[in-house]
Amino acid sequence: MRFMGFKRSDGSVGIRNKVLILPTVVCSSETARLISMQVEGTTTFNMQQGCGQIGRDAERTMNILVGLGKNPNVFGVVVVGLGCETAQPHIIADRIRESGKPVEVVVIQEEGGTAKAAAKGVEYARCMVEDMSEEVRTECDVSELIVAVECGGSDPTSGLAANPALGYASDPIIKEGGTIILSETTEFIGAEHILMRRAKDKAVADRIYEIVKNIEDEVKSTGADLRGANPSPGNIAGGLSTIEEKSLGCIHKGGTTPVMEVVEYGKKPTEKGLVIMDSPGFDVDSVVGMVAGGAQVCVFTTGRGTPVGNSIVPVIKVTGNPMTYRKMEDNIDINAGTILEGKNTLEDVGREIFNEILSVSNGRMTKAESFGFSEFGIWRCGITI
Amino acid sequence: MEEKTIIIDKRDNVATAMKDLQSGEVISIGGNDIVLLDNIPVYHKFAVRDIQEGGDVVKYGEVIGKAVRNIKAGEYVHVHNIVSQRGK
Repeated sequence: MRFMGFKRSDGSVGIRNKVLILPTVVCSSETARLISMQVEGTTTFNMQQGCGQIGRDAERTMNILVGLGKNPNVFGVVVVGLGCETAQPHIIADRIRESGKPVEVVVIQEEGGTAKAAAKGVEYARCMVEDMSEEVRTECDVSELIVAVECGGSDPTSGLAANPALGYASDPIIKEGGTIILSETTEFIGAEHILMRRAKDKAVADRIYEIVKNIEDEVKSTGADLRGANPSPGNIAGGLSTIEEKSLGCIHKGGTTPVMEVVEYGKKPTEKGLVIMDSPGFDVDSVVGMVAGGAQVCVFTTGRGTPVGNSIVPVIKVTGNPMTYRKMEDNIDINAGTILEGKNTLEDVGREIFNEILSVSNGRMTKAESFGFSEFGIWRCGITI
Repeated sequence: MEEKTIIIDKRDNVATAMKDLQSGEVISIGGNDIVLLDNIPVYHKFAVRDIQEGGDVVKYGEVIGKAVRNIKAGEYVHVHNIVSQRGK
C-alpha cells in the first residue's frame, strides 16, 4: 500500500516537512522559541533538561535530542545551545549530521547574547525553509511507516473500545510491512505474561519480563506505592481500579502480532512489525521517546480526553468514550465511542483509524496539529545535581 | 440495542456498567438475575458473583486485584474493596 511522503537522503521517509529549532538546554529554550516564531515552516518545543544531569541520564537526554533531529519528518535542524550545558550543542549537531540532513548551530554564549544568536538562527532557519520548500511528496510504501501507539487519560472505555479498535489498525499496518511501537512499560504491569507469550523468541520474552521488573522494583525502592499515580486520580474517577486492570486494556493497542524486539527508551527499532519501547506510563515522555525512535505518526487513545500533541509528529486522538467525544470534539479526531453505543464494531473503527493514519501520512492535519501543540518531556533516569 | 452491562470474558466475576445504574435494579446476566446493591456509575464495575475476602477479582479473564473484604454479587467493585497486587 502506498502514500505520498518525503524521501530523505538517509533512505527514511517523512510525512511532514519541518525545520526543527532544537534547544539543547532549558536555558536556550526561549531563544529557540524566538527564532521559531520568526520563520514559517519551523517548529520547536519547550526543553526542560540538558544540564545538571549525570551518567546514563545525561546520555539519554543527548540521545533523545539527536533522535528528534534525525526524525524523518525533520528536513533540517538549527541547534540552539547556551554553551556551558551538559548536552553540548556541537556534539549533538555532529551526530544529527550523520543522517545527511542540513544542520546549523547557534550558541548564545559564543554569539554574544540572545539578540545576536536569534538573528543568526533566523537567517539559518530562513535559508533552510527555502531549500525545504522544494521538497515534494512522492510515492512511498506503508512499510516505511513507524507508528507510535499511545494512551493517556485512560478510563474503562480505553480497554473496551479505543485500544482494541486501534489494535485492529495496528495489525494491517504490520501486515503491510510497517512498524508499530507499543510503549509504556508501567502499563504492562499485570499484563506482561500476555506480551511474553507473544514474543518472537525467549530473549525478547525475557527482556519484556526484565523491563517490567525494573520499573516495579524502582517504584518499590522509593518506598511509595504506584496507586494514586497509576492509576491516576482521573483513571480512578473514570472507573479503573488497579494498574492490572489498566494494563490489560492498554496492551490491546499493539494488535495481535508477535513482539519482534524490545528497544530502549528513544532508540530506533531495528526490526519491523510490533516493537516494544521501554518507557514510562506518563504519556508525554513516552510519545517523545517514540518520536526520537523515528516514529513519523502517533495514534493516541484517551478516555478522559486530552489535548496532547507533538511538534514533530502528528498525533491522531481516538476516544472510546462517547461522552468525552461530545465534550471535547475539538481535541479528538476519531470517535470510537460508537462501539459502546452499539453503532459500530471494533473492526469498523479499526478500519477508520487505519484510513486516518494513511490520510494523515498524506498530509491531512490532526486536531492537535491545527492547534500547534508541542507538549514535551524526557523520561529522566537520574538525579538533578 | 445498546447493552446495559458488558462482561468481557466468561471467567470474569465483575461486569462493567454501560450506563449509570441504580441500586435495586435487576440485571440479567447469563440467565441469572442480579440485584444491584449500590449505584454503579457508567463504565464502573460490579460483582456478578460473591467474591471472598482475599479472592481474585477477574476482568478480561485475568486477575486485576484482590478483594480486601467479602464482596456480594451486585455490589460496587472499585478502589474501596479491591487492591492491586503490583507496584507496591
